[in-house]
Amino acid sequence: MEFAYTRSTGPVVGAFLTGLRGQKVLGYKASDGSVVCPPPEFDAANNAPVIAGELIEVGPEGVVTSWSWNPLPRPGNPFDRPFAWALVKLDGATSSMLHALDAPRDGITTGMRVKVRWADERVGFINDIACFEPAGG
Amino acid sequence: MSDETITGIIAPIRMDYRYTPGTATSLFLRAMKEGRFEGRRCPSCSKVYFPPRGGCSMCGVEFAETVPLANTGTVATYTIVNVNFANRAVELPYVVAEVKFDGADITTSLLLKGVPLEEVRQGLRVEAKWIPEEEWDYSLANISHVEPLDEPDAPFESYKDAI
Repeated sequence: MEFAYTRSTGPVVGAFLTGLRGQKVLGYKASDGSVVCPPPEFDAANNAPVIAGELIEVGPEGVVTSWSWNPLPRPGNPFDRPFAWALVKLDGATSSMLHALDAPRDGITTGMRVKVRWADERVGFINDIACFEPAGG
Repeated sequence: MSDETITGIIAPIRMDYRYTPGTATSLFLRAMKEGRFEGRRCPSCSKVYFPPRGGCSMCGVEFAETVPLANTGTVATYTIVNVNFANRAVELPYVVAEVKFDGADITTSLLLKGVPLEEVRQGLRVEAKWIPEEEWDYSLANISHVEPLDEPDAPFESYKDAI
């Protein structure tokens, strides 16, 4: 059974997804100096609404802060072969975002440098980032 | 590529069910795989259930006898569908018929094709159209739809108890 849920993104997530479509990863520079990516709807320090137009670009490279190997991919996962889920702190951000990491299991370490692999067709969705991959060099 | 700001997304949620049929449904699905309709008869009231169940909901007794059924039947009642399910693209309008197959006492919901909407009616005689044999599975979906037979309508008395 499958349901296609149609969801409103709101202004901030909408701006984030619009950025992805244009190969930009956007984060929010909060009032306490942290840079949160993906951006939240509200500033966690002072509860002020986040203004979509004030988002800043981060990445597209970053560092793996944690990861987990997925040996049994499920339908709808980014890959139909084993892969890693990783928390990636993009350059310029102070928080991490979750996405797939396409790298051999024995080549993954916490602290490794990775970069965004963009999807060929981007529509304004989280899968516009196809995955992260090891950053060359 | 559009340059409009994203305001909505479609996030599909999918669930795969692993279904374990009971005795009655197993018999029914095995017969379907072989291209046969099989119902089961209540030993108390003699009504034949198709699709079969484990027991009679009226009498509360277990079924024992399996009954082969014809590929032909009668439209007991029907609905003309003019509104699609959300996110489901089926060509409108279409007709869902409750078909009482010959030899059965209850009806089965199936797609009715091959008859103009204004001629869809109770009592219409129909036959089941099967998908190609190489595609048969353990499923009622082996029946693509029902189509009218070139026969006089069945009398109301013959299907009134199935409505």
